[in-house]
Amino acid sequence: MGAGRYSALSLLRGAITGHRHWGRAWRAAEPGGPYDVIVIGGGGHGLATAYYLAKEHGVRRVAVVEKGYIGGGNTGRNTTIVRSNYRQPQLQRLLDYSLKLWHGLSDDLNYNVMFSPRGALFLGHSDADMVKLAERGDALIAMGIDAELMDRDAVARLVPLLDMGRDARWPIEGGLIQRRGGTARHDAVAWGFARAADSLGVDIIENCEVTGFLRDGGRVTGVRTTRGDIAAGRTAICVAGNSGHVAGLAGIKLPIESHTLQAWVTEPVKPMIDTVVMSQTLHCYFSQSDKGGMVGGGDPDFFPSYAQRGAPMRLEDSIAQSIALAPALSRLRMVRSWAGVTDMSFDGSPIIGEMPLDGLYINGGWCYGGFKATPGSGRLYAHLLATGESHPIAAPFDLARFAQGRTIDETGSGPMPQSR
Amino acid sequence: MREHAGTVPFTFDGKAYAGHPGDTLAAALVAAGVKLVARSFKLHRPRGIMAAGVEEASALVTVGYGAHAEPNVRATDVFLYPGLVATSQNAWPSLRHDIGAVNSLAASLIPAGFYYKTFFGPPSRWMIYEHFIRKAAGLGQPPRVADPDHYAHRSAFCDVLVVGGGPAGLAAALHAAEAGKRVILIEQDIAPGGSLLREAVTIDGAPGDQWAQTMVARIRAAGGRVLLRTTAAGYWDDNFLFAVERRVEPGQPGQGPAQVLWKLRCAEVVLATGTIERPLVFVNNDLPGVMLAGAARALALRHGVAPGRRAVIATSHDDAYRTAFALADLGVEIVAILDSRTAPAGPVIDAARARFAVFADARPLRAIRSRNALAGLDALVAGVRQRFDADCLAMSGGASPVLHLHRQAGGALAYDAARGGFLPGAGRQGNTTIGAAAGIHALASILDQADVVDPLGAATAPAPGPIWRDDVPGKAFVDFQNDVTTGDLALAQREGYTSVEHTKRYTTLGMGTDQGKTGAMVALAQIADLRGVALPEAGLTTFRPPYTPVTMGAFAGPARGDHAAPIRRLPLAAAHDALGALWVPAGAWMRPRAYPEAGESIGQASLREARMVRASVGVVDVSSLGKFEIAGPDALALVAAVCATPMAKLAVGRGRYTVMLREDGMVMDDGTLWRLAEDRWLITSSSGGAARMSRHMTYVADVLLGHPRAAVVDVGEHWAGLAIAGPRSAALLADLIGAPVPSHMGLCHGTIAGAPVRVLAASYSGERAFEVHVPGHLAHAVFAALVDAAQAAGGGVYGLDAMDHLRVEKGHVVIGAEADGRASPADLGMGGMLRKAGGFIGWQGLTRPALADQAGRRQLVGLTSIDGAGICEGAMLVVQQGEEPAGHVTTAAPRVAGQGAIALGLLTDGAARHGEVLLAWSPTRHSMVQVRVGPAVFHDPEGALYHD
Amino acid sequence: MLLIPCPHCGPRNQEEFAYERTLDSVVRLDDAPDAAVTALYTRANLRGTDHEIWSHLCGQWLRLTRDRMSHAISAVEPL
Repeated sequence: MGAGRYSALSLLRGAITGHRHWGRAWRAAEPGGPYDVIVIGGGGHGLATAYYLAKEHGVRRVAVVEKGYIGGGNTGRNTTIVRSNYRQPQLQRLLDYSLKLWHGLSDDLNYNVMFSPRGALFLGHSDADMVKLAERGDALIAMGIDAELMDRDAVARLVPLLDMGRDARWPIEGGLIQRRGGTARHDAVAWGFARAADSLGVDIIENCEVTGFLRDGGRVTGVRTTRGDIAAGRTAICVAGNSGHVAGLAGIKLPIESHTLQAWVTEPVKPMIDTVVMSQTLHCYFSQSDKGGMVGGGDPDFFPSYAQRGAPMRLEDSIAQSIALAPALSRLRMVRSWAGVTDMSFDGSPIIGEMPLDGLYINGGWCYGGFKATPGSGRLYAHLLATGESHPIAAPFDLARFAQGRTIDETGSGPMPQSR
Repeated sequence: MREHAGTVPFTFDGKAYAGHPGDTLAAALVAAGVKLVARSFKLHRPRGIMAAGVEEASALVTVGYGAHAEPNVRATDVFLYPGLVATSQNAWPSLRHDIGAVNSLAASLIPAGFYYKTFFGPPSRWMIYEHFIRKAAGLGQPPRVADPDHYAHRSAFCDVLVVGGGPAGLAAALHAAEAGKRVILIEQDIAPGGSLLREAVTIDGAPGDQWAQTMVARIRAAGGRVLLRTTAAGYWDDNFLFAVERRVEPGQPGQGPAQVLWKLRCAEVVLATGTIERPLVFVNNDLPGVMLAGAARALALRHGVAPGRRAVIATSHDDAYRTAFALADLGVEIVAILDSRTAPAGPVIDAARARFAVFADARPLRAIRSRNALAGLDALVAGVRQRFDADCLAMSGGASPVLHLHRQAGGALAYDAARGGFLPGAGRQGNTTIGAAAGIHALASILDQADVVDPLGAATAPAPGPIWRDDVPGKAFVDFQNDVTTGDLALAQREGYTSVEHTKRYTTLGMGTDQGKTGAMVALAQIADLRGVALPEAGLTTFRPPYTPVTMGAFAGPARGDHAAPIRRLPLAAAHDALGALWVPAGAWMRPRAYPEAGESIGQASLREARMVRASVGVVDVSSLGKFEIAGPDALALVAAVCATPMAKLAVGRGRYTVMLREDGMVMDDGTLWRLAEDRWLITSSSGGAARMSRHMTYVADVLLGHPRAAVVDVGEHWAGLAIAGPRSAALLADLIGAPVPSHMGLCHGTIAGAPVRVLAASYSGERAFEVHVPGHLAHAVFAALVDAAQAAGGGVYGLDAMDHLRVEKGHVVIGAEADGRASPADLGMGGMLRKAGGFIGWQGLTRPALADQAGRRQLVGLTSIDGAGICEGAMLVVQQGEEPAGHVTTAAPRVAGQGAIALGLLTDGAARHGEVLLAWSPTRHSMVQVRVGPAVFHDPEGALYHD
Repeated sequence: MLLIPCPHCGPRNQEEFAYERTLDSVVRLDDAPDAAVTALYTRANLRGTDHEIWSHLCGQWLRLTRDRMSHAISAVEPL
């Protein structure tokens, strides 16, 4: 790695030398092979998978193939929220496994991913909401995960921006906060994992789209790409948003539909809010980026699309709901809105496991919540790819669960993604 | 030059000024000699006015005060109004002496992406750094109070939408309007004319601005709609656009909506969006006094304001020469025209040479700073350095067609090497681009029907400025707002962030409030040069809506306060209020929670009401329950598909409890099913599930069964529903209808207080009970009669909480609590109720192995508090503290019949664990109660009370 | 926002419509369990044209032939 180690001292050296000593953060690798493992998809999850394969399992011949530039899919399009305060125990285990990794990630990668555990606050708008939040908090604490139920006054103190009026359309009765949750810098996660994986010898091959699979009978032996065939012992799909398409290249249909999810950011202003605020009753969430923009979003567009292009009515909804919670947001100006393609799985939970073809694996179906799982997902997937066995935390998330009736339905809304 | 003092008073940073009507704040500030207007985002460099419109990257100010304050307003995009209050941002203690400018000194320590390389340690340490970074970042102060403005939404349809009120747009709109088409023309400025407002041309004998006014009048006369001060913000699928009309200026209090968001559906879209000028790249090109040549010309020709006393024009093409003439005519000394071309030639250049010193092969190297503003520049003239004194540098590095909307709509691009940029290719939605945005600059070509007199000759295509290769050390900016320099671009390339999206994200290029309108193409040219590729190969970032920042309130529009979402109120809401009801939101509904008497808490009131039902009789409003009628020869097939319980043998006039499943086999809803006639059925559902059931049933009918000879009608809102429950309910009701009441799960018709009613003998409370359905508009009299009779019998009304206490005691599940979308019928103890032969929705899903084999599933249980203490709803069920939960409490209630506390819960393998003692543990509420697991029924398990 | 031609009402804004599922995922009441579970839980999820079931506020169920990349609707038929 030409880049050298990052530190305040190396920055100081750069200040003197005009920053000419910095090398590439990762090599522009050419397709080689054969590889032990090819990871399809250079998003955060794929790069993390490659990193942990090399770092923890000593798998050195690893390649990540990416159709565009790394981190250009949902890694670079999400609203950067990191938390593990789910309700279902399987998801709690999975996301908290990941949250623990977040807490040491910048040092581990020697790349500041700006993980900021500023607290992730769910709001409750009625006594019934508060019972649901308490139930979630109780479940979390019983699993050893932090949660704190807050009353109205505590919420008002923590987030003065909120409309605490009793006559508000959705009055705020309290909240549930996970203080270990927060935000991270999304692009930095892809870049940090890429740099760290590259330094361990992983080939990161950008502008290399997978167009098919190499087969030896029933076994997948690599990928066909726009830059030629690449052979591999194990082939790992990690392309959330496009899982359906890539699995389709192997003739496999998944319990996944690709839907659009939009987000927005306002012009930057001085600090306005220190916490991530979410309301499951209102279907909206927002936080403030370090740059000063308020970043938010809401429901997906509720129809299948690969277009990375949203419809304005969902923007209207999530903005109106956010303003209902924090009326001062009304006067900020939205500077940008964008859309990502989400892998909506048919129980709302991710899929990490074997595919029906030997040598082929899948990590996808993250719906609209994959970013927070990035390090954990990568590490668990690496475990599967290196050992051939699912880690106990990942085991419940196998593909077979749908046919077997073991779905993990966090919202209880059933198989249809648009009901979620 | 202006001949009189301004008449419109305004203040900037507390100092009073006066401007002219029609001035932008920027023009008025320049006229007043104010050069330093803002501090840049990261380095806090002094900044002035650099543009003349929405593309302004530097001059961001807060306009308005108090609740009306609006941060980050472009000084070039706010028109003066009396009393306008503008304040500088991002500077402390003052704009002139800004401590943050120390960042500029430390700039070499904080290149692009510096924060990725330092601030290591635990997250808590990063959060300390982050605290200071956040304070330093941002621009204006955020609003802290509710927005006093309100915003309207309007929809409009047209045959032709023309975006842009410059010469091309005006001509296109008039042409279409006169052809009889419905036309809407939108223009972001307060005045029509676009580029004409900064050109000394006459059209059909009138000055350009007056010609534009005449055109607007003609378009309107032809039936077209012209919206000024309206910006097309977003262009979505199928020619659907958002346009935002500003009715008042930023920070200006006013009557009526401050902004109107237009939702436009158009048959055809014509984009006449013009161009945005590009800066030249050289050191200190961001100094106050350095501005785009077109902006300087606009100040002069539109506002009569001289941007300085001694001006240098620096350009790469003909167009900026016009600025020299415009400034000179105002008395500005034109020190020099620096043209980067080696041999510029043509009529405008000849004319310029006659009046000014024109230097070929000449370009600025470094602007010289004195007291936060431009004092002169070093230039390279034919390879030789030369210094010029100037307080204004009007620059032009070409121009970029405004393709934002074209790209948002999925349009293609065509690279044009001569312009160093992109022209619009084919529009994906049949949209077309015209005028300068399409690369046509000569007015005579755009207005081929008009008599155009341009004293400087026809405008030509602007060529790009030279690439900056760090000819002299210093900061040369490509993104003024985010302080992105050529050095930052080079660093990004060196570190491998070569994809244009990586460069953008790593350096924050183009991610400011101006979205890189002026600098993006300049930066792209620099990146291509650094990478040694042609510009198109360097790639292009995505244009995302909105085109210019849009006030969040405008998106929300009228959806604020109580209008944010409808509240559903019961037909008897007023009657409940008269009875002292305490309301509770239940989904979209507001329902009576309890009717507390003086001094009673909700809990006391609810328990009293529940005991009243057990002892005598109570009336509760169940109008919000879903009600569906299914009628026709094939009605049975439809009902059989939806309901999982047997019904074929149900006699007319009888009903039964039923459950509806999703296709995965989980319980979706429950209710009662009634056979009103041989081929006519009534299904009730939960309140919260009514909308879902309604859609579900039409899906089953139309899609699954292919339009059977049966209709589904959602009659939920046709009927109010009143439940009357308790040992005295049968007698009371028989009295009121003057006839015998049906036995349990039977139905009859009758009248109460003159209103026709349907009486369903169903119970949710464990007592003998009836649902009385009555048309909503007749419900008041029936309700009054029922309540009067109940009160006379020692009973009265009861609310949702009492209803809940009663049903918990009886062990009835509720949708959303026990039936949480993850529970199968067997989980809820209803496995035996299903039709063995299947044939209902969800039967196949239930055959899956993990569902067919019940082991490890959560199952419904009853829980009794061992010491009588109340159980927390939602508490975890654990064998001992510290263990992973084995289940949870779904709903809890006090004992109604007797003392103590009970609950329902879902417990892993619960059916086999009766008798076990567990902890109901709620750490969030500091509650731990020992509970005994048992069957999920505490009251009248045999149902003896249902029978008279 | 799509403009969807309802066979009953004419072209209307997308916000009046709701996507239900793909045509091939309809689970018939008499489908064998394996076939039903497969239909319910697998999708081609094409990066291209698929047949979809939508509903309109007017009560009409529709079959849309729609491209998931361009969003272009090539056919709408009542169901």
